[in-house]
Amino acid sequence: MKHRCDLLVILLPLLAAGLLFLLLRPSGAGQYVLVTVDGAEVGRYPLHEDRTVTIGEADYNILEIRDGSAAVTDANCGDHTCVRTGQIRRAGETIICLPHRLVVKIIGGGEGTVDAVSGGGIA
Amino acid sequence: MSARTVARFALLTALAMVLSWVEVLLPLPTIIPGVKLGLTNLVVLFALYRLETRSAWCLSILRVLLVAFTFGNAFSLWYSLAGAILSLLVMMALKATGKFSVTGVSVAGAVCHNLGQILVAMAVLRSAAVAYYYPALLLSGTVAGICVGLAGAVLVRRIPL
Ligand SMILES: [Zn+2]
Repeated sequence: MKHRCDLLVILLPLLAAGLLFLLLRPSGAGQYVLVTVDGAEVGRYPLHEDRTVTIGEADYNILEIRDGSAAVTDANCGDHTCVRTGQIRRAGETIICLPHRLVVKIIGGGEGTVDAVSGGGIA
Repeated sequence: MSARTVARFALLTALAMVLSWVEVLLPLPTIIPGVKLGLTNLVVLFALYRLETRSAWCLSILRVLLVAFTFGNAFSLWYSLAGAILSLLVMMALKATGKFSVTGVSVAGAVCHNLGQILVAMAVLRSAAVAYYYPALLLSGTVAGICVGLAGAVLVRRIPL
């Protein structure tokens, strides 16, 4: 093979993908639904309590938690990528709405305790 | 600009539009707006090898603008632009070393396209949560990069433009 460096440029991303996957993979069952806008926590809800939350006013996303999974069911963001993501339930899974700078993330019981303290505390 | 240059340019722009249309039709899950396979990179790759660098830049920016205004929204424009710029910079650098084939350059370009988009998304969201989807993007980017690269290598060799 004339271009031996090609292998490097193909293997490197695959290696990085594998490593990142192992690092970021869901760490057990989800416990809470963490909602952040602009990087700041705006809400934290138990995953196993059914509820519907409207996040924001002029720029809104409707978050529905039902039967142990969370989903954005409606939004006025234009691209609706957040709605199309569908349901999430495992720790680490996220729904992202870029136009509204919103992140909905499932976290486990042990994870995110630092956030819990700064966000008002959840036992 | 000669008529020949204009014709080449129009042809490649049209090809970019067709490829982005194909991309829209593919039923891939889109978690982050503007993150796609990057089939339009074929056009940029071709321009990089067969036309001057300036044309590659023009085509790369043009395809992002056209795709954003035709299929997307103004918002995804910025992510695509960041991805396109990073991608072309890396492709130019790798091509200049002379140690990579068209396919190798294509893979690096595809991976960097997604990287640029993810980095901008992280900055806007002020959250690393998007990284959760990056392994999947790396994987799809590498595979798409290989396919585009192989097709690109054939085009660079065969098309008498
Ligand atoms: Zn949205």
